[in-house]
Amino acid sequence: MKILIASGFMTTAISVSGLTKAFGRTVALNGLNMRVAAGEVHGFLGPNGAGKTTTIRVLLGLLRADRGEATVLGADPWADAVALHRRLAYVPGDVNLWPNLTGGEAIDLLGRLRGGLNQQRRAALIDRFDLDPTKKGRAYSKGNRQKVALVAALASDVEILLLDEPTAGLDPLMEAVFQDVIRAAKADGRTVLLSSHILAQVEKLCDTISIIRLGTIVQSGTLTELRHLTSTSVEAVTVRPAVDLGDLPGVHRLQIEGTTVRFAVDGAHLDGAIRVLSGFELRALTCQPPTLEELMLRHYGDELTANGITVNDETSESAISETSESDTATSAATSAATRGDVDGESGDPR
Amino acid sequence: MTTAAAFPTGYDRATAPGDRIGALLAGTGTLIRFNLRRDRIRLPLWLAGITLTQVSGAASYPGIYPTAADRQSQAVVFGENPAMKAMTGPGYGLEDYTFGAMMSNEYLSMMVILGALMAVFMVVRHTRAEEETGRAELVRSSVVGRYAHLTAALTVTALASIMLGVLIAVGMGSLGIETVDWKGSCYFGAAYTVAALVFAAIAAVTVQITEYGRAASGIAGGLIGAAYVIRAIGDVAENGLSWLSPIGWVQASGPYVLDRAWPLLLGLAVAVVLVACGYALNARRDLGAGLRVGRGGAATASRSLGTPLGFAWRLQRSSVLWWSLVMVLAGLSYGAAVDVMQSYEDNEMIQKMVESIGGASLTEAWISMVIALLAIVCTVFAVIAALRPSREENAGRAESVLATGLSRTRWLACHLGIAMAGGALLLLLAGLGLGGGAAVISGDSELFWNVLGASVAYAPALWLTAAVAVAAYGLLPRATGLAWAVLGYAVFIVYFGGLLQLPAWTLNLSPYHHVPMMPVADFEPLPLVILAVIAAGLVAVGLVGFRRRDLRGA
Repeated sequence: MKILIASGFMTTAISVSGLTKAFGRTVALNGLNMRVAAGEVHGFLGPNGAGKTTTIRVLLGLLRADRGEATVLGADPWADAVALHRRLAYVPGDVNLWPNLTGGEAIDLLGRLRGGLNQQRRAALIDRFDLDPTKKGRAYSKGNRQKVALVAALASDVEILLLDEPTAGLDPLMEAVFQDVIRAAKADGRTVLLSSHILAQVEKLCDTISIIRLGTIVQSGTLTELRHLTSTSVEAVTVRPAVDLGDLPGVHRLQIEGTTVRFAVDGAHLDGAIRVLSGFELRALTCQPPTLEELMLRHYGDELTANGITVNDETSESAISETSESDTATSAATSAATRGDVDGESGDPR
Repeated sequence: MTTAAAFPTGYDRATAPGDRIGALLAGTGTLIRFNLRRDRIRLPLWLAGITLTQVSGAASYPGIYPTAADRQSQAVVFGENPAMKAMTGPGYGLEDYTFGAMMSNEYLSMMVILGALMAVFMVVRHTRAEEETGRAELVRSSVVGRYAHLTAALTVTALASIMLGVLIAVGMGSLGIETVDWKGSCYFGAAYTVAALVFAAIAAVTVQITEYGRAASGIAGGLIGAAYVIRAIGDVAENGLSWLSPIGWVQASGPYVLDRAWPLLLGLAVAVVLVACGYALNARRDLGAGLRVGRGGAATASRSLGTPLGFAWRLQRSSVLWWSLVMVLAGLSYGAAVDVMQSYEDNEMIQKMVESIGGASLTEAWISMVIALLAIVCTVFAVIAALRPSREENAGRAESVLATGLSRTRWLACHLGIAMAGGALLLLLAGLGLGGGAAVISGDSELFWNVLGASVAYAPALWLTAAVAVAAYGLLPRATGLAWAVLGYAVFIVYFGGLLQLPAWTLNLSPYHHVPMMPVADFEPLPLVILAVIAAGLVAVGLVGFRRRDLRGA
């Protein structure tokens, strides 16, 4: 409910409409629309090259959009870049530090150029992230460079945090610290735009999600809303074999093995399917909501077939069945590969 | 030190000593071919550059010193002026100053430094730099022995050093200049080879000490400088100190005059000992680690680092300081050589060059030409400093700071300020050195102020060239090479503009041509004001252009 209130009534921190940006012939952003409400943690999902970094760089005024409008905290990021930068902090996906400056110096430098650091928070963050601030920039590993940028960003008293895959080099312990720190930032009322590959991280942290594909947002909303748009996997054991399910609307990929039945059902038809199922006397019932991974694959499935055909229901469902059969723990990459195999063999869903 | 213990135990299990060595060197052959392939463009450029500089320099001597009297009057200067001795060497054969003796005395000590630098960079590039980037880790994880990288790097460098010596020997010998005979040319080439080998061996040690390639090159490069300074002091004081310097050893072989082999063998022996040290140290350390643990730095930034100008200064500071030192020394050494020009009074070629400058004495003409060249060297700094933002942007570091409250214009302007002010400072320092040196040697104190003013008068031309770099950076970052083209053209005009009697408009294209060549010419403010105004316009174009374009990603 809280989420609905957030997206419904709170003010807008970032709004983007019809944003287009091309680099030569490559169209990086193609009429992108997005809205991030103030105070929310907004997940920004999409594979490499989808346009996440370009979007963030436009929001920072580092790139100038060809067409469309971007507003951050009510200001134009290109025209009012400097004034705006005092109110936001940015963590790039690939942090590059000065080889001769120590991590501590880089943190202070970035903080002071932004207009000041909260010293207490700086010390606390360095401690929590277990960062040695006396090392020179060239001596840090990728993860440690990211920590430097994270501390510099999070120790500033800013309203918006723009984080571009900020934890790609962090270990699981530090990932947990990161999640804590982002929750604290949210509790302080800050807005966070978090671009990420790590779906578990987004599921845990984000109130709302935008999925970007080929420079356009293809889906946006709360995780609950997005899940409703996709099918739920159902596995049931009934006393009598459930033979009539195939005719029901919204039910796909029905498999019946004796008294065990497996199928996927669209969110809107879940209720009807379960009613019919209970007519066969239910013994056991497992429902699995679609994971974020399945949501992603639904939008990106076609890229894996490498023939450019728009995703259809059959293929997207085969993806879902693959992931749910392997107990949902499969990584996006694995299931993607598996699904690619299925298609490669014959194109018929098993 | 656990690694030192772990390493022998690990290999003690190997069956025979032969196998052990084989295992330690596994993959060396492949790495040698790989290194040669990586250097297939760089190495020929080094070899050709050094050989051409040496051989073309030697080839010009018969034209400059047509008679024995010309040569002998030059020898008097070298014999009497301690500054010239410090710059060149002990001065073998001054009593009968043949072309061969001139090569030995005037070229060898400076030129072997180039070969030594080539060797140092090669060793570092194929050892420590590979470890620093992590590529060595990947290679060493396959069937490659512990000593393979060092051995391959040293082998390739030794081949390059020998190649250099052969090229020099063949190039010099085939010139057919009187007294520059084949025997002496072989010693001359061997001197190059030995100097390169000694410093390759020194680099084999320095790469073990520090974790960073740049630091390893820096230490070895510093030792080259130290070797030069030690022999300079030793040669002037004639106290034997030169025997502590590898450059002193190769000079002691005295090509074309003494033709001695044993000083070169001394160098080779020291190189072997140093290489052995390199291997011993290599065995005692982990991959990627140095013997000296990297120093930590400040945990917090100093107050000045947080300001835009303080930040830019911090990034450029060491460069400004090093350039300052070099320009003072360059000015001083030219200034100390001011009386050399007296020996050219009757020289036809020099006369021609002087006539093209017009008027005044030979010394004054020479000084004004040296000032023009020093000004161009100072501009190299200014262009590098003005393009520092470009390097920051390419390295992906600019976006972090430009995503803070620092505006693009201010960021660029701060770096530019350092480039422009730093460039002017270098002109001042070069003028101080040159004027000071010349005034002391010639006993003409008025010369000091004239030279100082003449040098500083080049500031507008320097600013204009740096401004070309900035305008290109703001409008079309790929075109920043334009500034180097301006500079290269200016060098061409200074050297050949008068000699080739080029049309006036070609001379006028060089900003440096508009600066009055004091002390020969009189001071004229108008051209300088115009140059400065054009520079300001270009800077404005660059600043506006940079504000309007996309920032490039890393």
